[in-house]
Amino acid sequence: MIEIRFHGRGGQGAVTSAELTALAAIEEGKFAQAFPSFGPERRGAPVMAFVRVSDKQIRTREKVYNPGIVVVLDPSLLKIVNVEAGLGADGLVVLNTKLSAAEVRKQTGLKARLALVDAATIAMEEMRVPITNTTMLGALLKATDFMPVEALRAPIEKRFGPIAAKNIKACMRAYQETIVEG
Amino acid sequence: MSKRVGMEVSIAAAEVVGMTNVDVIAAYPITPQTHIVEHLSELVADGQLDAEFVPVESEHSAMSTCVGSSAAGARTFTSTSSQGYALMSEICYIAAALRLPIVMAVANRAISGPINIWNDHADMMMSRDTGWVQTVAENGQEVIDLLLHAFRVAEDHRVLLPTIVNLDGFTLSHMIEPMFLPEQAEVDRYLPPYVPKLRLDPAKPITMGPVGMPDVYTEARKAQDEALKASKPVILEAWKEFADQFGRQYHPVETYQTEGAEHLLLTMGSISETAMTAVDAMRAAGKKVGLARIRLWRPFPADELLAAVRGAKTLSVIDRAPAFSGGCGPVCCEVKSMLFDGGCSPYVWNYLAGLGGRDVTVEDFADMVAKTSACADRGEPMGYEFLNARE
Repeated sequence: MIEIRFHGRGGQGAVTSAELTALAAIEEGKFAQAFPSFGPERRGAPVMAFVRVSDKQIRTREKVYNPGIVVVLDPSLLKIVNVEAGLGADGLVVLNTKLSAAEVRKQTGLKARLALVDAATIAMEEMRVPITNTTMLGALLKATDFMPVEALRAPIEKRFGPIAAKNIKACMRAYQETIVEG
Repeated sequence: MSKRVGMEVSIAAAEVVGMTNVDVIAAYPITPQTHIVEHLSELVADGQLDAEFVPVESEHSAMSTCVGSSAAGARTFTSTSSQGYALMSEICYIAAALRLPIVMAVANRAISGPINIWNDHADMMMSRDTGWVQTVAENGQEVIDLLLHAFRVAEDHRVLLPTIVNLDGFTLSHMIEPMFLPEQAEVDRYLPPYVPKLRLDPAKPITMGPVGMPDVYTEARKAQDEALKASKPVILEAWKEFADQFGRQYHPVETYQTEGAEHLLLTMGSISETAMTAVDAMRAAGKKVGLARIRLWRPFPADELLAAVRGAKTLSVIDRAPAFSGGCGPVCCEVKSMLFDGGCSPYVWNYLAGLGGRDVTVEDFADMVAKTSACADRGEPMGYEFLNARE
């Protein structure tokens, strides 16, 4: 079973990221759960959302304590949230940043394996909005292989309707541009 | 054929209620139930569901409207949680006494104070004695299955009682997961059109809800008790037919690895899935542990529960709400009463766990079994505790 934690700020689409991941996995015939950190949400405040994906029925309602993958939609969160909390030794952080891996480590002290993408630039160029949720999903699926990136196409189309094409383009571009540490 | 979909459980619940050809929905939004009635109002507004959606100004009015519409012969649905449920509870008693087959989804949530919007079973326990049939879901699939079952049972002329499907707030209501959503034709096959036995009709006037003077009140209450008890064979029959049609069989008490188990956990609701994972781990470690889960909360399935726990040395009963200063939590009180009547005396320890949204983990279940077993071995008096409460 894969457990993923998304970090974002209220309004950036972290919850939507989690939902789209689960919906795509379910469409692929897998089992999945997606849920927010339950409670009141405020625009701009740090938020988390969670996904479990498995080939077998998922029989737990625990919170996610030890994700294998963490996706950070907003690099400013690194200063105020320990995004590596509970992350195992072989964990992966998928990060929206303009910096190199060396520079990220120097500035933040992150220890986990990194996958980096300039999602903010991609989102602005492709969609003219600084919302990185669908873009970061492209990065997530470049850095992992639990399902093909194409699986996201249908749920994004269903969710975003007329603006789905732009989201898919941003997602696919991030898939191409993400740099994954070995 | 049912279609496998990924969907938020609340949305799936609303979709299935929409497929029942419901006539009237009267509701007031309250967290964490809101998405259910919000989606139903969308279906009505978009013309996909031909029903009357009454956006009332309070839950008291929601249930009052439901009573009126059901009495007039309309298939009626509402949904609530916690404080809203408390506000509507006055009318909930009346709905049951009038034998009105209203169906309600309750997204279970703690009762304030302190103010808390998260999941536990305080609202379910608060309304234990309103006289409604009550079932409890453990996952999204069960929510939609039990909702269909609820209409079928409530409207059966041998029952005619309002019926609740309890689903854990947030833990289930806000979860996206895979479910098999039935097709319209399947719903139509399982759920016949509602035919009221009696209804308010100006052409044939009847009285509903008169005063019950001291000379009839006892008999009226006894009749309600008998009606609720008599609903059980119909509940079982409707589950059997559900299994025949959809392939999923439900029981008043569900068991997991109870065969040869010396130590049993007893749960209700979505934590049962976590408990099953914990039982798997304990069994793998050679411990004789099993799990019994209450699916049918009202009418209380004493016989089935007794059969499920008979033979166990210890019983760890999990309550999701306190019964302040009572001998134990509300579920455990019922369990102990049932054990006493059944002449069965395992060692029982009661855990008040998962209150106001606190997580109950696989590890917690292992700890509970270990502690109950140790207390039994030491011969300590039976009792209860607030699990993991800081001193």
